[in-house]
Amino acid sequence: MSKAVPAAGGPPGRSPRRPEAEAVSRTVLTAGDISRILTRMTHQILEKTSGGDDVVLLGIPTRGVPIAHRLAERARAFENVELPVGSVDPTMFRDDLRIRGVRPLEVTAIPPSGVDGKVVVLVDDVLYSGRTVRAALDALSDLGRPRGVQLAVLVDRGHRELPIRADYVGKNMPTSRRESVAVRLTEFDGVDRVMIIAPPAGPA
Amino acid sequence: MRHLLSAASLSRVDALLVLDTAQRMADMTGRTAARTVRKLPTLRGRTVVNLFYEDSTRTRTSFELAAKRLSADVINFSAKGSSVAKGESLKDTALTLEAMGADAVVCRHPSSGAPHRLSGWVRGSVVNAGDGTHEHPTQALLDAFTIRQRLGRVEGLAVTIVGDVLHSRVARSNVWLLSTLGARVTVVAPPTLVPAGIDCWPVDVSYDIDAVLGKSDVVMMLRVQRERMNAAFFPTEREYTRRYGLDADRLAAMPPDSIVMHPGPMIRGMEIASDVADSPRSTIVDQVTNGVSVRMAVLYLLLGGAE
Repeated sequence: MSKAVPAAGGPPGRSPRRPEAEAVSRTVLTAGDISRILTRMTHQILEKTSGGDDVVLLGIPTRGVPIAHRLAERARAFENVELPVGSVDPTMFRDDLRIRGVRPLEVTAIPPSGVDGKVVVLVDDVLYSGRTVRAALDALSDLGRPRGVQLAVLVDRGHRELPIRADYVGKNMPTSRRESVAVRLTEFDGVDRVMIIAPPAGPA
Repeated sequence: MRHLLSAASLSRVDALLVLDTAQRMADMTGRTAARTVRKLPTLRGRTVVNLFYEDSTRTRTSFELAAKRLSADVINFSAKGSSVAKGESLKDTALTLEAMGADAVVCRHPSSGAPHRLSGWVRGSVVNAGDGTHEHPTQALLDAFTIRQRLGRVEGLAVTIVGDVLHSRVARSNVWLLSTLGARVTVVAPPTLVPAGIDCWPVDVSYDIDAVLGKSDVVMMLRVQRERMNAAFFPTEREYTRRYGLDADRLAAMPPDSIVMHPGPMIRGMEIASDVADSPRSTIVDQVTNGVSVRMAVLYLLLGGAE
């Protein structure tokens, strides 16, 4: 996912606060915030699905996958339910490959129980245009026929380009299109943190 | 990457990207996948032309299947029964295909270097599917993929390539790719079937198969290419089989977890004994299966992105 890259051609955001020609980043969620958010989201998922009945968590690589695993760990700790975890790589189903170029493929791993008749909760780090989720829905429909599909995201930064809405949102984070949201997770980055990175100042 | 013309020009990074991508393709569409996706929409609307000036069963079918699994449109064009039979040149054929809007041309040609020439004439991507005695890069990639699948790695392995190295584009591509990936390659052949200039290749040369089998992790048998032989390279087929063929006794002399490969088509009883070809240590069927995944990866990486 290249969510750290702001969409080109978007409307200019509010004028940057500082005139330096360097990107400015500020931390908006700390490790403690992320932990509390995931705890709440786990409870919400268990509540809405009657205790996680038939739920399969499918992370969208790369950072949706560790988030899915963390949700499953919490479900195990809180209510002793075992939610199968997998991953679904939407890359081959994207509609912007020809614009942005090919990217390396990530792992698609469906739990042995499959997704037929299950409630699949797609898990991703940042919800932005909605195009990744659309591609993931297409990939999912080739992998089976779930009874229902829900969406859980750590950060919803707005600017949807498709009629897609998350069922579980960690944090609504109003952003400008010129900014980017960077999610750092210990599994990949050695630290848990969410930052908003403002582009360098200059004529937009 | 825009074209895939040779394995020699593939960097280690690019080669690993193809192999990793092929693994993902196999995960999604292979027979071993938990739930197989029969068709991916990735290359919808793209046109792949199979331009084959030489007979081929598995390579052409494999490319066709790979392109179709990615939803590309495929046009098969063989020299027989086309304008080539009327005397059209490669260049004019290429320009015709170009005018029809081919996004990729998969080319097999009896002349070494034909795909390279082709790549200068067309705007689309060119994939070398075997040119003369030069290269067959996708075969080497699928062989490397199969080695990784069976033995977990390529780096550090001892790979022995046995047979008609002189006429074999498969051998050339494998020598370059496998050494790029860190394998130690030895070629074994009758002195008449060792190409001139082999001392410039990153290989050891031996004329005695029994001396190297015991320390080989992978033994790759090559077909004796009668159709390219216009001279007597060895006295009799029986003598070739006795000195260079892989039979059960020689298989027993190999390390217990080593594997036997053959790019096909094989001649049972000539370079490989029938019971060896059918043994569980033979990867010949896996190689065919993996060929589709590897060619999907190549087409995806060449065609999936920006034009």
